Amino acid sequence: MNTALSDLEQAIEPLRKRYIGQRVGPYLAWNKVSRTQIWQWCAAMGDTHPEYLGGETAIAPPTMLQSWTFRDVHGDYAPGSTDQNTYEVLGKLDELGYFGSVAVSYDQQYLEYLHEGDHVHSFSTISDISALKNTALGTGCFVTELAEYFRQDKTLIGTATITYLKYQPNQTSTGAPPSSPRKIERIRPVENTDSQHYWQGLRDGKLLIQQCSDCDVSRHPPQPMCEACQSINWHTVESTRRGKIYSFTSIHHPEIPPFDSPNCIVLVDLDEGVRIAAQITGVKYDELKIGMPVRANIVEVQKGLSLPIFEVEQ
Amino acid sequence: MNLPQQVKVGDELPELPIPITARQIVAGAIASQDFEDVHHDKAAANQKGTPDIFMNILTTNGLVGRYLSDWAGPTVRIRRISLKLGAPNYPGDTMVMSGQVTAVQDNELEIAFKGKNGLGNHVTGTGYLTLEESA
Repeated sequence: MNTALSDLEQAIEPLRKRYIGQRVGPYLAWNKVSRTQIWQWCAAMGDTHPEYLGGETAIAPPTMLQSWTFRDVHGDYAPGSTDQNTYEVLGKLDELGYFGSVAVSYDQQYLEYLHEGDHVHSFSTISDISALKNTALGTGCFVTELAEYFRQDKTLIGTATITYLKYQPNQTSTGAPPSSPRKIERIRPVENTDSQHYWQGLRDGKLLIQQCSDCDVSRHPPQPMCEACQSINWHTVESTRRGKIYSFTSIHHPEIPPFDSPNCIVLVDLDEGVRIAAQITGVKYDELKIGMPVRANIVEVQKGLSLPIFEVEQ
Repeated sequence: MNLPQQVKVGDELPELPIPITARQIVAGAIASQDFEDVHHDKAAANQKGTPDIFMNILTTNGLVGRYLSDWAGPTVRIRRISLKLGAPNYPGDTMVMSGQVTAVQDNELEIAFKGKNGLGNHVTGTGYLTLEESA
């Protein structure tokens, strides 16, 4: 593995020597900043900020920065641009097998807003080509570009540092990617003879608590035998879902989909005399207090799985 | 609207759910002049190992800009946006934007934002805003 990786590294090294630090440009915008282009952007982004299109002279959302000097649909730069292609290095990486391409980070500084009629040009420098790394998408390297944008009067109006991952896509076992994106779901609880009543109860909108049919002691979570009298006879009572916080915790890191972040978990002493762990929502993590009165709603968190989720009782 | 003196560290921006559709992805890619095939051609995206077309970074940036300026109001100037991409935005998902004020200095604000979809955080980052005196 390491030998293989270092052979691959050696193939990339000449690209580093050739491309890093070379400032190329200018790249000219195909068109002056226009109301039409700003309108198209604002429409696509759902951006209704009044400043952009509300006045006599349209003002471009600053986030349009990079789009002004992009190539056209045919991959051509506007007349007057340099013949040098700043993305040539990406093509070279394609040839080495790293033909997958995703942008992973973006840092843009906006020094001046552009107005209708302004004409942009830009310069670009490849500032880094990282060592090969194994990523979730495949093995590849990170290529960082620094782009500088100028107005017609040569005022620097903004800069963008963009990092791309160029990678060799991982093959899935079938050789084809899944036909639709997977959704991350909660792990389903095991439902067996001893616990099925509880999960079905939640699906029916009820929080059911087990109670011993011989000694009347309630218990939770579900279990086959009464801890007090060892009876295996039981029935359920429907909880009022009211209680008080006995303890709590909130999980901030790592963020794990599909859970909320922070994810606030409370241990609640229910009025029925049993203790239950569940999420609480509608309250900030730093406002939780031991003893707070709470009430659970039953929420279908995903198809076929309902859970009690607490909220603070007013 | 949100005058600087009213904004304080810890203030939360209201959440904004953005439905991710093929139309949204393609409209954003075209509006940002980004004709990379993975942003409009599902077959090409499949060939590159992803299950569907996905949103380009300029659209993400544009949506972040919209989210920040919608909240900050008409006198805002966006000075800088720094972001990292994580889980891709594929059609059929919803990205929920959220944010919190992390620094206030005179009329300069710093906002930590994120956009979370069904696969995790699509985008996390920091926005730097200036609130100007209204004319």
